[in-house]
Amino acid sequence: MSKKLKNSGLMAYAGTFGALLVLCVILAIASENFLKYTNLMSVLKQTSFNALLSTGMLLCLITAGIDLSVGANATFSACIAGMLVMNGITNPFILIVGALGCGALIGFINGTLLTRLHLPHPFVSTLGMKNVLWGVALLVTNSQMISFSGNDGVMWLGSATIGGFPISFIVVVIIYVIMHVLLTRTSLGRSIYCAGGNMEATRLSGINSANVLTFCYTVSGLMAAIGGIVSIGRSGICNGANAIQPYDTDAIAACIIGGASFSGGKGTMVGTMLGALIIAVLRNGFALLSFSSAIQNMVLGLVIIGAVLLDVTRQKMDAKARRMATK
Amino acid sequence: MSEYVVELRNATKRFPGVVAMRNMHLEVKPGEILGLIGENGAGKSTLIKSLTGVHQIDEGQIFVDGVEQHFKSPNDSANAGIACVYQELNMEKLLSITDNIFINKWIKGKNGLLDYKTMHEKAREVMKSLGQDVDPTKAAGTFGMGIQQMIEIAKAVLIDAKMIIMDEPTSSLGEKEVEQLMKTCRSLRDRGVGIVFVSHKLEELFELCDRVTVMRDGEYVDTRPINEWDNDSLVTAMVGRTLEQQFPKEYGVKSKEPLLKVEHLEEMGVLRDVSFEAYGGEILGFAGLVGAGRTETMRAIFGADKIDGGKIYIKGKEVNIKSPRDAIRAGIAFLTEDRKGQGLVLAQPIVTNMVLANLKGFSNGLFLNFGKITQVVAERIKELRIKTPSADEIAGQLSGGNQQKVVIGKWVNTDADIFIFDEPTRGIDVGAKVEVYNVMNKLVKDGKCVIMVSSEMPEILGMSDRIIVMREGKITGTMHRNTDNFNQEDIMKAAWEV
Repeated sequence: MSKKLKNSGLMAYAGTFGALLVLCVILAIASENFLKYTNLMSVLKQTSFNALLSTGMLLCLITAGIDLSVGANATFSACIAGMLVMNGITNPFILIVGALGCGALIGFINGTLLTRLHLPHPFVSTLGMKNVLWGVALLVTNSQMISFSGNDGVMWLGSATIGGFPISFIVVVIIYVIMHVLLTRTSLGRSIYCAGGNMEATRLSGINSANVLTFCYTVSGLMAAIGGIVSIGRSGICNGANAIQPYDTDAIAACIIGGASFSGGKGTMVGTMLGALIIAVLRNGFALLSFSSAIQNMVLGLVIIGAVLLDVTRQKMDAKARRMATK
Repeated sequence: MSEYVVELRNATKRFPGVVAMRNMHLEVKPGEILGLIGENGAGKSTLIKSLTGVHQIDEGQIFVDGVEQHFKSPNDSANAGIACVYQELNMEKLLSITDNIFINKWIKGKNGLLDYKTMHEKAREVMKSLGQDVDPTKAAGTFGMGIQQMIEIAKAVLIDAKMIIMDEPTSSLGEKEVEQLMKTCRSLRDRGVGIVFVSHKLEELFELCDRVTVMRDGEYVDTRPINEWDNDSLVTAMVGRTLEQQFPKEYGVKSKEPLLKVEHLEEMGVLRDVSFEAYGGEILGFAGLVGAGRTETMRAIFGADKIDGGKIYIKGKEVNIKSPRDAIRAGIAFLTEDRKGQGLVLAQPIVTNMVLANLKGFSNGLFLNFGKITQVVAERIKELRIKTPSADEIAGQLSGGNQQKVVIGKWVNTDADIFIFDEPTRGIDVGAKVEVYNVMNKLVKDGKCVIMVSSEMPEILGMSDRIIVMREGKITGTMHRNTDNFNQEDIMKAAWEV
């Protein structure tokens, strides 16, 4: 909007960006390996997967919803490709389109459950969907891990690099730029923020809120599926058992650290990217310093709680400053 | 012992930027019903909340039975014996009547567990004493508004309240329920309880109250025994200005053909055969009681609710409106009565709210045209005199009047021809009301059609060129300005169909 808003927007990232920098400095001091090129590149590789899931998660959070099926959907989409491979299909184009199509379809179903069948908060429906997808992923792969080795076309997105720089991260950056423009510069973007803030007022302003929400969940499904393809490239396999990994929590954490709110109407792509980077750097640091997984989980949990606490405090301070200004 | 059960002296309450109540005083005798009246924004809510400890007064004193009190919280006020039945009931609808009555005042048995047997008995007893023979084990939500209100009153009786404030208690009640409520009020008075009865309805005050206090613009105006007031003196005291100042009515040129024509609108159980025409250059008022189907008519026209039959013509052409989106395309704007719930996205800035109904018009192809948005919104803010530090201020931070102007700005930005204003001045102060009226004046002078639904009789009479009265989903009367039946009495007759 006006210059003032843009500036205050950038200022809002200062804290998150500062946290990321501080974290990097600490790790650089604590481990000589942290700043090595190969390590940094591996951080970016790790970021890609979570950043993709966070994209969809952010859209849903902005609409005051949530998509708890993103992690399972990524695994499910990968397993769909695996199922095709099991059935002798090796054409990478068909595998990728099949996986993306299924992932987006799941997102569309999530959106439809919410908007046309009027299930209550998407917490319930997407939690249910997570379990459905877990089951289906195991079913279509006969609970087997399926190897994609030799199929470079499918593996390319998650494994290829340009001089060590991961292609997957470049794709993520492109997607983030597109989504940033969509959210800030288009009427659809404004509608997404407003539908989250007040669905009825938005509907009575002539916007088809139901379609807007369905769009968000469909995008979430599509992004999860892209994440699924990236995960195939990184591991060379698909494994239905991964559907219950806490990928969703990482995505939610990235969004919340980046300034999104469970009550909707807030959150940006830039903030989410910073959030995803912070989580990836943390996880990388844990590995470098060989923290036990118990400690990893604890620290990550505390970081999430701290981020929300910070957000609440920031809002209170904002409100206070505003009251002072009007006095 | 003081003459008064509750006395408020020289009370002042400030909020950022406004003095909501200045040098107010109020005296309630034990065993009397004191009416309290004032326009919206006159400071009644502030007064009530100061007495119930929700707000703390900045200056002044509160006495209960002659003892000075310093309420820091609603609990302090309740302990001192002041209870309040708020207009919007705070009912736990899924819990039983007993649970609602004994919330936070649980009776426990010897074993430390809740003694429901005793509580049910007491609840039944107290409800019976209020004239309600109900089963206290049933969920509160299964009963109508009248009984839910009695539950609130039962709470007050149970803590032996010395004074009970009733904040517009009849606004959501039916005729019979109002009667029952009045009976209850009288019996409470006879038991020595002081009652403050807040109402907009003059006839209720005359029927029930012993004395009436009038407030205006946050200040005390006058208190008199009821037989020393009459309709005119009450209205004059309340409004404090002449009708012409209050309603700056101006006239447009009525279009030859109707801009909007509605034929045989039907909605099962809500609307019955509603037909009318609305012209450009005129303000068409819709009067009637709450629940008469006025808002429902507007929602049906706007495509917000499904209709079961009927035709809508705009500028002579039949239109098929299935959603608000279709209605906006057809040139209809709809300012809803519920500003916060349906009009604004409170968490978003003014600028976003103002373009929301016409995002296409503010876009260049795929992208929003921020140059145009900034310029138009700045114009609207100036034109509508919205008091805000900037267009990026969050809508929820504005005062009620300014919020309403943002919603008006949103609809003006759609280039609509037909403006439906549903209770456009509800809950905003007198100054802002006049500014809203001036927007309507400007619209009709530009040849637009304005339809105004209002429950405030002076507003309907002051601003409309023509009035349609509804009752129970039907149109029961039409009055033209400057004809004999363009008066409150005839409108009320049509609204009550007597």
